[in-house]
Amino acid sequence: MIAAGGTDDGGIGTSFTKVLGGIEQADLDDGVVLLCDLGSAILTSETVLDFLADDVRARVRIVDAPLVEGGIAAAVAAEAGGDLESVVRAARLAAGAEPADPAVPSGPAAPSMAIRTVTLVNKDGLHARPAADFAKLASTFTARVTVNGKDASSLLAVMSLGLTRGMTAEISSTDENGADAVAALADLLQSGFGEK
Amino acid sequence: MNLNATWAKAWIRSSAQVMSQHRVELINLDRDIGDGDHGENMDRGFQAVLLKLDDLPPEASPADVFKLVATTLISTVGGAAGPLYGTAFLKGAAAVAGSAELDGTALVAFLTAARDGVVLRGKAESGDKTMVDAWTPAVDAAEAALAGGAHDRAILSAAAVAAEAGALATEPWIARKGRASYLGERAIGHRDPGAQSSALLLRAAADTAATA
Repeated sequence: MIAAGGTDDGGIGTSFTKVLGGIEQADLDDGVVLLCDLGSAILTSETVLDFLADDVRARVRIVDAPLVEGGIAAAVAAEAGGDLESVVRAARLAAGAEPADPAVPSGPAAPSMAIRTVTLVNKDGLHARPAADFAKLASTFTARVTVNGKDASSLLAVMSLGLTRGMTAEISSTDENGADAVAALADLLQSGFGEK
Repeated sequence: MNLNATWAKAWIRSSAQVMSQHRVELINLDRDIGDGDHGENMDRGFQAVLLKLDDLPPEASPADVFKLVATTLISTVGGAAGPLYGTAFLKGAAAVAGSAELDGTALVAFLTAARDGVVLRGKAESGDKTMVDAWTPAVDAAEAALAGGAHDRAILSAAAVAAEAGALATEPWIARKGRASYLGERAIGHRDPGAQSSALLLRAAADTAATA
């Protein structure tokens, strides 16, 4: 993740050179997601794209997303091994509402194949780093898992729960192969993420 | 003198001087309906160009001059004007590549390509209260002058007059693009700073051609 904000002399604005250099640094052939959310940053980024070689340009995506939320969501998706398009999607989702999610049970009548309830033990609960670890682990399973009704593999959804120490997290999956995922995620929460 | 690379450099030097002279005016226009950095940014960008202009080889063409302006503005202006003016000069340079001197047809091609570059980059249309509202009247006037048999200097002069009128015409408008668009009706009564700097630039082109 490369920061490329500000002018060359550190002022407010956007630097063509910094954006171009950032792309070159971040590009490991799998693609680059360029996050920017303001006029000059977007215009400069689009101009940088004009100057790139065709094959590089083909794997660079500009996403107009809130920098902090989009950056976190994109970073987690990338670290979890997501391809270019799934990183783009994660960043885009951060810009707006959560997607409608038909897989999440809507009421208590929906049966869970696997369910565990855990009380959070670590000091700050599911703040950014543990939430990222949690979402990353969730995304390694094919089964869909929810935590208090939210998609466990979506970092922003997990963080939006605002779970702190002493609060209860209900981890569940209605998928047939969801038991392992639920167990692993519940164990992770119970471990306290190595924090006191 | 024909409108060759020496003229192109004189135009850009004059533009740098004009942007310095009008720095505060552009800052004030931008402070009214934007973020107040336009004069600062344009001045910084053209001063940077000035430093590089002498490094051009003697055989440089007008297109080489414009390309240098483009890449320097893009990398030094810092605000939205950098990519916008940069793209304008880049596309303009491509339109006159290979010409050692610019005749009327080449000037119209340059202005048209530059305007198209601004439109491509900023996605603004006429009437949005942007740079386009200076550039498009300038292109139209240049085309009409060329069609009417005008020479290179008269074409640039017609473009400059139309750009100035275009910038002035933005005053009563609501902005539909850029930061001024957030202001809604509060943008009424204020001239668009980008249209104003565009008019200054095209005026400098005409004036340096007239005395060249």
